[in-house]
Amino acid sequence: MYSITAHNISKDYQNGKAVVSALRDVSLQVKAGELFGLIGPDGAGKTSLIRILTTLLLPSKGTASVAGLDVVKDFKKIRQKIGYMPGRFSLYQDLSVQENLDFFASIFNTSIEANYHLIKDIYEQIAPFKDRKAGKLSGGMKQKLALSCALIHKPEVLFLDEPTTGVDVVSRKEFWQMLQHLKQEGLSILVATPYMDEAALCDRVALMQDGRFLQINPPADIIHSYTQPLWSVKASSMYALLQHLRDYKGIDTVFPFGETYHITASHSWQSPEALQQYLQQLGHEQINIQQITANIEDVFMHLMNQPHD
Amino acid sequence: MIDSNSHIITANKLTKTFGDFTAVDAISLDVHKGEIFGFLGANGAGKSTAMRMFCGLLSPTSGEASVAGFDVRTQSEMIKRNIGYMSQKFSLYEDLTVRENMRLYGGIYGMSSAAIKQKTAAIVEELHLQHELNSLVKTLPLGWKQKLAFSVAIFHNPPLVFLDEPTGGVDPITRREFWEMIYRAANAGTTVFVTTHYMDEAEYCNRVCIMVDGKIEAMDTPAQLRQQFHAKGMEDVFLQLARKATRSGD
Amino acid sequence: MFAQFLSFVKKEFLHIWRDKRTLFILFGMPVVQITLFGFALSNEVKNAKIAILDPSKDASSLRITQRFAASQYFDIEQELQSPQQIESAFKEGKIKMALIFPTQFEYNLQHGGQATIQIIADASDPNVATTVTNYANAIIGDEQQALLGSKLPYNINTSMRMLYNPQLKGAYNFVPGVMAMILLLVSTMMTSISVVREKENGTMEILLASPLRPILIIIAKAIPYLLLSMVNIGTILLLSVYALDLPIAGSLGLLLATSMLFTITALSLGLLISTLTASQQIAMLISLVGMFLPTLMLSGFMFPIENMPIPLQVMSNIIPAKWYFIIVKSIMIKGLGITAIWKETLILTGMTIGLIALTARKFKIRLE
Repeated sequence: MYSITAHNISKDYQNGKAVVSALRDVSLQVKAGELFGLIGPDGAGKTSLIRILTTLLLPSKGTASVAGLDVVKDFKKIRQKIGYMPGRFSLYQDLSVQENLDFFASIFNTSIEANYHLIKDIYEQIAPFKDRKAGKLSGGMKQKLALSCALIHKPEVLFLDEPTTGVDVVSRKEFWQMLQHLKQEGLSILVATPYMDEAALCDRVALMQDGRFLQINPPADIIHSYTQPLWSVKASSMYALLQHLRDYKGIDTVFPFGETYHITASHSWQSPEALQQYLQQLGHEQINIQQITANIEDVFMHLMNQPHD
Repeated sequence: MIDSNSHIITANKLTKTFGDFTAVDAISLDVHKGEIFGFLGANGAGKSTAMRMFCGLLSPTSGEASVAGFDVRTQSEMIKRNIGYMSQKFSLYEDLTVRENMRLYGGIYGMSSAAIKQKTAAIVEELHLQHELNSLVKTLPLGWKQKLAFSVAIFHNPPLVFLDEPTGGVDPITRREFWEMIYRAANAGTTVFVTTHYMDEAEYCNRVCIMVDGKIEAMDTPAQLRQQFHAKGMEDVFLQLARKATRSGD
Repeated sequence: MFAQFLSFVKKEFLHIWRDKRTLFILFGMPVVQITLFGFALSNEVKNAKIAILDPSKDASSLRITQRFAASQYFDIEQELQSPQQIESAFKEGKIKMALIFPTQFEYNLQHGGQATIQIIADASDPNVATTVTNYANAIIGDEQQALLGSKLPYNINTSMRMLYNPQLKGAYNFVPGVMAMILLLVSTMMTSISVVREKENGTMEILLASPLRPILIIIAKAIPYLLLSMVNIGTILLLSVYALDLPIAGSLGLLLATSMLFTITALSLGLLISTLTASQQIAMLISLVGMFLPTLMLSGFMFPIENMPIPLQVMSNIIPAKWYFIIVKSIMIKGLGITAIWKETLILTGMTIGLIALTARKFKIRLE
């Protein structure tokens, strides 16, 4: 049983005279109870896809269903069954926390009490501020309130569009813990995020770029799909190192990763020892070269550089 | 005594209160010339308020600070003339072309048209914007926009540039290209003061300062901080510190 | 569904209530406009300076002149000697009105049974002109009553000439005009802004993705502004009756009912604007430039429609405020009933139904 399906969805926008393709023939299936991530930068098409699935946009081509219902024909029924948290903080800033919750409960014909167990953990964290205006909450608190509002009617499928953008690391961690908890309650969750490191927290992810899916897989499989050898390099003078690595014939790509550079080998790669020697000749000190396993971001950048049809 | 020649920002017990809320609580820091200084903190830790004081947009309640050799309290106009600023939210005019944006910013900072032309040519060369020079900024992909915004922020060759979450939502390759631009600028002598939510980017900084509840809880090189907190990476350091926070509210 | 609706209306009231500045403007505006105008009126009409040309100087004409001199409304500034002096007296701006007796006034009255007094008023300020000529008529009327008392069939005619603004739009136009304007402002502009604000803030996205029916959103948005407008109408009427001494000649019930109808017309206009625009600025601009200005210009409130070029006269017919303006004047000032205004009422009703139908059709159930 799939809670979300999309078949060959395309979405074109008219921008003046030009036609912009936000989605190019994407298909996906999200299983019931799955936590599914759409991972990609701004402009990848995440929001367009979520809006099509939440019946807010019509696809230019293709079909999609949510909770077994067609997103075009049965949009009214779908709207009863989904929870949606848009990308921007979209609550009433001039209403208090409590008033926002009450309002969203009532437009879904329910009450805060009816599904309190679902939002209890989240709501308890914002309850001390229940009389504060939503506009006066901090980023993390706003996000918790928005999630509570999206959950208040116990939706079958939850759509979250970049819930953690602009939020600090601590609040992001907490937010993902909440999502794990909701998953245990049986909700299907589709979450979009530009943070690559959040992929590891999903059951499966679709890596998105330019309206296309680069890959759909569980995060572990995505990492395993990366078979090229990958090396991390660091030295005392990182800025000079970057240029020297770029100039080295045996290297294909060089990307900064935290305190190191990740490099991939080109066909004229010899050995890490050869690279070490090359760098020593250029006067680098404290050179450290290690073979490493890729992370999602390595794979993403690798896939981005692949030509697509 | 502080050697003011090697410091581009010095703050001494800088404090800002709003009513009975102390947003920034007696912070003291020095930013060295030419360094990339990472400024981290949870939402509501007081980062934005501190940054606004350094940019001359907010007057401190108490304490003192000088930026690019000017007092934040009395010489804010001089500070504004001597810094660059870029944020994720606003940097370029979307309905102006690339060329028009550069001309505008050059004009705002009183550059001669010859200098503007020369600088424009250099940026176009660096970002490969030859064919986009007369395109409206809104038609550019986000990654280009952010890189262009950075170039415009340092268009007038300021000794110091403030970057407020410059890479939010940008794809991983562009994000790295962006950081390489930061490196280049720093290498050319521009001091970079940057905030970010990406902890791997914190590692790219020469020094990092972490604010919690309005106070500076840690300030050192990423390597030193990792050692000090027995952490694998900056994210771990940040989490250890930020979890101590008691207040919430922007 | 009713609970859904009620909580939506409650939310709207909270928005309005929490935006104190706008609230203050909305409720303050009618009060300020009416009282400012009221003061301007009552100050002007006391001790208006007049000139008198009386070639007869007989008992009857002197009696009337004396009544004017005794009145608190008039000061006789000048005794004119010849008709040539009339115009120069006006041009010097010394006088607001001139009273001109014919030669042999009493003789005409007693032998011919009637005589005419000419009243010339400076109508460059139409409100003052109407007021002073009304007072003058009243004073001459009193004299005639006195003559009638003597059971003689005498008849004094007054012939009036309005200088500079012969069509003369009266002071009482102001109240119906302000009513139309404020209803438009509150209902059209505020409603369209409040819907578009939801689009801008992104809350419309959540509302659309919820089971809430679009028609409920529309009605719930309109209700608070309907009530607010009724409060404003009440304020204006109270002020005009008790502060401006402008009584409501016709049926209060009918006046309120037609005002409500016009409010609904204005609301549906606002809702239509909101479905067609995406930003608060544009909604405001359309409401102001597209609705407010034509209303001001073409409703007959500021400029008489009869004097406009034909194309503008035709255009004025699509301005709802024109019809409301006629209705209010008919009820409030002329004291007429529904039989006199059924046509205008029907036109407004038709417009409202048309607008609502268009809004319902244009309201997007999706984001594009």
